[in-house]
Amino acid sequence: MKISREDVLRVAELAYLELTPEEIETYQGQLDGILTYIEKLNELDVSSVEPMAQGLFKQPEAAGAADAHPELREDVLCPADVSSAILAQAPDAAAPFFRVPKVIER
Amino acid sequence: MSAAESWTIAGVRTALEAKKVSARELASEFYRRIDQRNPELNAYLALSPERAYAQADRVDAAIARGEALPPLAGVPVAVKDVLSTRGVRTTCGSKILETYVPPYDATAVERLENAGAVILGKTNCDEFAMGSSNENSAYGLVRNPVAPDRVPGGSSGGSAAVVAAGLAVASLGTDTGGSIRQPGALCGIPALMPTYGRVSRYGLIAFASSLDKIGPFTTTVSDAAAVMSVIAGHDAHDSTSAAVPVPNYSTEMEKPVTGLRIGVPQDYFGKGIDPEVKAKVEAGIALLESLGCKRVPLSMPNTDYAIAVYYIIATAEASSNLARYDGVRYGVRVPGSTLIEMYRKTRERGFGSEVKRRIMLGTYVLSAGYYDAYYLRAQKVRSLIAQDFSDAFQKVDAIITPTSPVPAFRIGEKTADPLQMYLADIYTVTGSLAGIPGISVPCGKTAAGLPVGMQIFGPHFREDRVLQVARAFEKSGGFTV
Repeated sequence: MKISREDVLRVAELAYLELTPEEIETYQGQLDGILTYIEKLNELDVSSVEPMAQGLFKQPEAAGAADAHPELREDVLCPADVSSAILAQAPDAAAPFFRVPKVIER
Repeated sequence: MSAAESWTIAGVRTALEAKKVSARELASEFYRRIDQRNPELNAYLALSPERAYAQADRVDAAIARGEALPPLAGVPVAVKDVLSTRGVRTTCGSKILETYVPPYDATAVERLENAGAVILGKTNCDEFAMGSSNENSAYGLVRNPVAPDRVPGGSSGGSAAVVAAGLAVASLGTDTGGSIRQPGALCGIPALMPTYGRVSRYGLIAFASSLDKIGPFTTTVSDAAAVMSVIAGHDAHDSTSAAVPVPNYSTEMEKPVTGLRIGVPQDYFGKGIDPEVKAKVEAGIALLESLGCKRVPLSMPNTDYAIAVYYIIATAEASSNLARYDGVRYGVRVPGSTLIEMYRKTRERGFGSEVKRRIMLGTYVLSAGYYDAYYLRAQKVRSLIAQDFSDAFQKVDAIITPTSPVPAFRIGEKTADPLQMYLADIYTVTGSLAGIPGISVPCGKTAAGLPVGMQIFGPHFREDRVLQVARAFEKSGGFTV
């Protein structure tokens, strides 16, 4: 097993997921299978390869693609009268705030 | 207007201009079809008749005034439920967004409507677009209209099914690892994934941000070109959208294909492929050769690593993107005595099992001590896969592969083993990782009558070439090869 029951519980805690005992067992087995499969990446030597973090790679054919992403726009304020529409979607709002259980203990 | 009539974008236009039908009558006819067929297919999650008829009336008024019509005037379309629609419930196929009604439209939706399209409703999908069979929706599975005991593919299963069943003329889906092309293949219709950055994602509810793309399902290649011409192009609201000029796809696609070099990577025809799928795609390639295309054998050895790379990168990004569902600002909240307990209970009840599995995997590969071994390594192998394509496009003009190794599988066949389900995307994820455009076009049927899809990849921002090959294939009878 690549992944222990404790690993599953730790990851669930990091992800704010509350798992049932059955889920813990199921996920442990399934994640183990997936992680074992993923190990095949260790067959490759990637020591001199740059990571690709973006969706776009080199685009030799695309005309003007070097400038595909223009400079960042000016950081200017513009009116955004959206707060009431947004608060209307909240499960518990007290305009202009979202209401949540008490965070700060006495 | 006959009840069984199959409509295309050009057909709608001709009928409207000749006043054989009004946009309102057409919308009404599609809602009648939906009433009849959707209870079985479960492909629509929400209908938006108020909005649709208001738009249809605007189109009819423009016709009455004799105005020039926009390119998609009166065309009934459907939109995957991961795209925000103002005033129309948008759930992403998840319980956690059961109550969510977006206050704004996604740019792609806005552009469709500005071009005259009539938005009939929202289509079912795997929860947060995570799946290859549409069996992961919190609102029930979708049936394949061609074979109702089988899946339509996923995650855009609803968008594929409504077009294949004649319940919309075109639809929008999203593709992260194959979620447009694979359901297109399984339902037997053209389905296009554009280049990363080609279509604005403003208003697309994110799954994996370095991979998500929006694209059309249609019944003809011409219609795919028409929709692409409307939705493509830079958008100031999406910093990842590219400022690359958009050609006129409808005219570009008509260019002859004689002399085009078609790359065929042997790595996509190996173990795991259904022999009938292989035979059909081979016949499709032979047809293109008969049109004057030159077949060039390719080797793309890193193909075999694509699923592993994809399931690290996509889940890592998903675990981050889905952190926003905490019961505070939108969607469902399950009360808790503390803030943390509220988060945990909300996410436990709100997310389905596949979404939780991917959040777990993504959180794991990003967690301290594992980042380099998994996430960073996957990003490096992603470079190798993208380099494979980049090198190939020095030698060829387009690449042809099967879209899916198997035709539509039976409902329930792959649900027990997530890894088997993931492998359904083995031929599509490579292009997703490289960020290139790809279309799946129908390529005959198996002996049992199940559609086979052929995939055509092109270089970055060359949707025109992908459409050109697809159009030549369609015109010469490739869809029924």
